[in-house]
Amino acid sequence: MRERISYGALVAYLSLLVIVLAAGSLSVGYAPLDIREAVVDAVQGRSTLGALVLVELRIPRMLLGALVGFSLGIAGAAMQGLLRNPLAEPGITGVSGMAALGAVIVFYFGLAGGAPLVLPLGGIAGAALATFMLYGIAGQGAGTMTLILAGVAINSFAGALTSLALNLAPNPFAVTEIVYWLLGSLADRSLQYVWLVSPLMGIGWIMLVMTGPALDSLTLGEDTAASMGFNLGRLRMQLIAGTALCVGSAVAVTGSVAFVGLVVPHLLRPWVKQQPGKLLLVSGLGGAALTLLADVAVRSLPIRPELKLGVVLAIIGAPFLFGLIWRLRSEA
Amino acid sequence: MRIEAENISVRLGQVDALRGVDFAADAGEIVGLIGPNGSGKTTLLRALASLRAADGGHVHYAGRSAAEVGASELSRQIAYLAQGGEVHWPMRVEALVALGRLPHRRRFQRSAAADREAIERALLAADIVALRDRTMNQISGGERMRALIARALAVEAPMLLADEPVAALDPLHQLQVMELLRKKAVSGGGVVVVLHDLALAARFCDRLVLLNSGKVLAAGEPASVLTDANVAKAFGVDVVRGAHDGATYVLPWSPTKRQ
Repeated sequence: MRERISYGALVAYLSLLVIVLAAGSLSVGYAPLDIREAVVDAVQGRSTLGALVLVELRIPRMLLGALVGFSLGIAGAAMQGLLRNPLAEPGITGVSGMAALGAVIVFYFGLAGGAPLVLPLGGIAGAALATFMLYGIAGQGAGTMTLILAGVAINSFAGALTSLALNLAPNPFAVTEIVYWLLGSLADRSLQYVWLVSPLMGIGWIMLVMTGPALDSLTLGEDTAASMGFNLGRLRMQLIAGTALCVGSAVAVTGSVAFVGLVVPHLLRPWVKQQPGKLLLVSGLGGAALTLLADVAVRSLPIRPELKLGVVLAIIGAPFLFGLIWRLRSEA
Repeated sequence: MRIEAENISVRLGQVDALRGVDFAADAGEIVGLIGPNGSGKTTLLRALASLRAADGGHVHYAGRSAAEVGASELSRQIAYLAQGGEVHWPMRVEALVALGRLPHRRRFQRSAAADREAIERALLAADIVALRDRTMNQISGGERMRALIARALAVEAPMLLADEPVAALDPLHQLQVMELLRKKAVSGGGVVVVLHDLALAARFCDRLVLLNSGKVLAAGEPASVLTDANVAKAFGVDVVRGAHDGATYVLPWSPTKRQ
């Protein structure tokens, strides 16, 4: 079946799946809601309770789930393509660690409540700083291996400072706030978050999708890719920038949501016949679907307060990874 | 297209990999690059492919520098077959060969009829039509090498630079690949090929360039390059030679005795 399904059909099926899960996401929640009535009210500008729940809670949550999932999926596929390693994930650049640190610093100084967008802006600032640090190193003609090492160093630096913030936290509430936020969630994010991150993510998606042919050529190694006219230095810059925009924005709104960027490209790779270029868009759609599904699950499970999205994804993701390794082992 | 290196030097870290090397290859000929391990064959080939800028000297493509030709145009003028057969994802053979058409494709443009025909020609030439739907991890090492050769042929560039294309092949496919390169030269293309097999080099190449410690030890027709003295100096081996069908062959036989 994998052999026969065409790329176009795969994109169509996954898009349909995302639409179905988005509809599912709209229909799941804590407040009882008649969707049809709420939509009519919202369209006609009546501020009924239903319309408010729909516009202020359900729609932002659904949109952010799709945006964040798409961003993590496509960035994961891009990093695996650049590093030619199925275990690469977007966090390897250090951008997600620094984005998380940016948000943690906002909490630490008690600024999160000050204005609505301070928190995601802090995350984005962290991601931008990580990107400049990477560029600072890669600008001197660094190879892929140097980039990975730089990413690992930036990540551990961010992790250390995050721990320091927890260690020095002024009160237990700040600690709880930071830890809960780090677990990752889509709850209680307003439409403003959507307006803030969607243009950044959109630019990131375009930058990453455009690297498709170059990632295909990298299958044959860096020399062969360069001989086919691809500028590897520029390619690395573009992939870092695109990944930073995607992952930095994603972490800035949701906190740490791991595994989507690792598992989704890995799962979908056989369906695009192992072609890294075609994997990009498909992984974006798959990431959106998985994130929406997990977010529907946290709201549908009878556990209160609701489980954090990052926790659920990690719980689904880890055994799944074990399964993949098992399969790889039996194939080898 | 004539590709010409003038007095080029390349430093790799603290090592002088190439020291004042002159080299030229023309359309319609096969030039063999031979020499012991570490003599600079791959470095020269990479400099010729503009993958590594020379630290001294110049490389010219039909009289123009790489910058004047431009990376995009150069990628259609030169096909490069890397040593070692690196393949990171187990793609289908046909998809892998199709990568050779990337230099001809504009962004987001789908493959044209011309691309498909070039892919068919390459599959046929490398004798892998039957393998087209297999994935790269379902075929043998020699078959992988042939798929990679087909990828390079699919570029249909006037000049092919191949780094040890026959290293992993059985005798039949070694001969077939050399015949393939011969055919490319006869049809007007230029070929530069790194070889370790002196017998194949003597038989199939129009000219040989023998590198030793980053310098050209000898260059010219195979018979004038593969003299006992040159082979002993570069490789440290004595050869036996003979004639068959009007061609001479050279066979490394024993390590040169130190005097």
